[in-house]
Amino acid sequence: MNNREQIAQALAASGYIADGELATAISLMQLLKRPLLLEGEAGVGKTEVAKALASSHATELIRLQCYEGLDQSAALYEWNYQRQLLAIQAHRGEDAGAIEDQIFSEKYLLERPLLAAIRRTKPPVLLIDEIDRADDEFEAFLLELLSDFQVSIPELGTIKATTIPHVVLTSNGTRELSDALRRRCLYHYVDYPDVDREARIIMARIAGASASLSQQIARMVEGIRKEELRKVPGVAETLDWAAALVGLDVRDLLEVPETVHETLMCLLKTHEDKSRVTREVSQRLLGKVA
Amino acid sequence: MSCCGASPDFEELDEVSRLVAGKLAAFLKTLRDSGFAVGLHEGQDAAALMAAGYAQKPGLLRSAFKHLFSARKSDWDKFDGLFDAFWLAKRVRSRSITTGSTKAANNPSFKSLQDQASARAGSEATDQVASTDDAPEGGAGEGRMEGASRADNLAEIDFRKMADPGQIEEAHAVAARLAKTMRTRLTRRDLARRRGYRLDLRRTIHRNISHGGVPINLVKRQRKDKPLRLVMLLDASGSMSMYTGVFLRFIHGVLDEFREAEAFLFHTRLAHVSDAMKEQDAARALDRLSIMAQGAGGGTKIGESLQTFNRWHAARVLHSRSCVMIVSDGYETGDAQLLGREMAALAKRCRRIVWLNPMMAWQGYAPEAAGIKAALPHIDLYAPANTLKSLTALEPYLAKL
Repeated sequence: MNNREQIAQALAASGYIADGELATAISLMQLLKRPLLLEGEAGVGKTEVAKALASSHATELIRLQCYEGLDQSAALYEWNYQRQLLAIQAHRGEDAGAIEDQIFSEKYLLERPLLAAIRRTKPPVLLIDEIDRADDEFEAFLLELLSDFQVSIPELGTIKATTIPHVVLTSNGTRELSDALRRRCLYHYVDYPDVDREARIIMARIAGASASLSQQIARMVEGIRKEELRKVPGVAETLDWAAALVGLDVRDLLEVPETVHETLMCLLKTHEDKSRVTREVSQRLLGKVA
Repeated sequence: MSCCGASPDFEELDEVSRLVAGKLAAFLKTLRDSGFAVGLHEGQDAAALMAAGYAQKPGLLRSAFKHLFSARKSDWDKFDGLFDAFWLAKRVRSRSITTGSTKAANNPSFKSLQDQASARAGSEATDQVASTDDAPEGGAGEGRMEGASRADNLAEIDFRKMADPGQIEEAHAVAARLAKTMRTRLTRRDLARRRGYRLDLRRTIHRNISHGGVPINLVKRQRKDKPLRLVMLLDASGSMSMYTGVFLRFIHGVLDEFREAEAFLFHTRLAHVSDAMKEQDAARALDRLSIMAQGAGGGTKIGESLQTFNRWHAARVLHSRSCVMIVSDGYETGDAQLLGREMAALAKRCRRIVWLNPMMAWQGYAPEAAGIKAALPHIDLYAPANTLKSLTALEPYLAKL
């Protein structure tokens, strides 16, 4: 349990600046062998957690992007029908039983992310991204897999997990998740980072961003988040903006108010927000940065 | 159930003393009372965590428990307060109390609801006594007929004119029944409409392996129709107090076992009440609601409530086949322009907006309140809803969506 600092450091080394609570969540995840459910606004870096976790464990990241209509054949396994058909044609006239055994063997099985995740020799990080976009039925199916870690394929038999993957689920809240799934998981709400952490994120991610510039950017973004906006900029947007400013050779935001206003397009993604943050508003926000 | 999930494995976890386990059990009970879904499994894990050394620092234990016990953002937000109150004996912010609060009794409009509920409970008791007293076979039959004819009358009586508790109870029951039939019919129509429309090539090949790959049986891909989702926004302000009781029962009936429905209550602010409404017993549901809707009875800020809805809930609860049903008299005490703007935004997100206005059927009523005037251009159906009959009339409209 004292490995929380180690976890935070390992994540930082792979480019993710975690707060103390997230480090606790990850250490719990390893202790209790439970999946971790991350919720939060779009763009706060939920997916990045899984990526950083994988690179800190020096293991593979297996990602399952959920969408409406996602089903077992796209998520778990599927038979390679074309190859099976070819094999049937090629062995026409031979013993039917032998052909059947052959075409329903491992060689003709297409691994999809979930099956792949439980068959690796080294436990991978399984990222189930945007679980709220999948249907209820898939959620129920996933629940079963996450509790037993075994899959039964009628033609092959039951496949037990060789290793238990580190499972990270993310949700944007477009749909209410079932209580059963929530209860199985550890829960962490990923919030927008505070100024200091955001500045450190910028410094870690954008080569050439100085400490003072990063602080300024982080403060400016915090000010913008407090405005009544339709689409609040996330960390990804902050990084875009920082990269843009660094690319334009900006050293100090206060020196170039024009550039600051013009590059705000990196942060504001709707027309309404753009027209709301006028030159005056950006001046006012910039005034607070100093 | 209530006596904790930690008890099963005292032997395994001898590091955790019985005292701590007892305290932990009490904490789990507190959490359950506050609406956390905490099961046996969580209790065991919590004990394991304490044994693993997380209990050394309160901050660490709080953070660990927070991840373990929370299941949603609302849990996440109120957990720290609960933890501190229980383990560190600090005062809880009043916001985090969700049950066991008695403050609700001070709310004027909800007080009346509760009164109705208790009156209902009373009348149920007397009803039963009456029916056992004079209940030879013939009498029972007569009673039924009388009940039916009375229900017919009831259908046309304005809710606010119902005074007799028995009558009110009956109206509530009819509203609940109506909601139930509406629910089943809407669901059934939805199922009947499903049809395959696109060829699924992979599955077709798979299905026809036995024919050597000649596609004889075609497999079609079916689009899954999203079932109609009802999102109800009920005005619980003072001016609506005559009607809230009936509509709460109606909403309770719709939400009961119906997966695709959400309910919100608003007065000066908006409260998400679906969870409270899922309580099977209607009277208990009302009790829970009265707690959630603290501060009712003032003015109505429809615009602001809708703004909250659009900003925080719409993405989650609305999809392309959603029908938003607003039950309100449209007397906006806030900014009417804001209401217009938010209605426009809402109209973009959902299939239909139905506005039920109980006052509409009153003689001489014209939609002159600034609120309803601003909202009208964005409403698909503006209907009266002051009698059971008018509620029934809605069903065919909803079925067409």
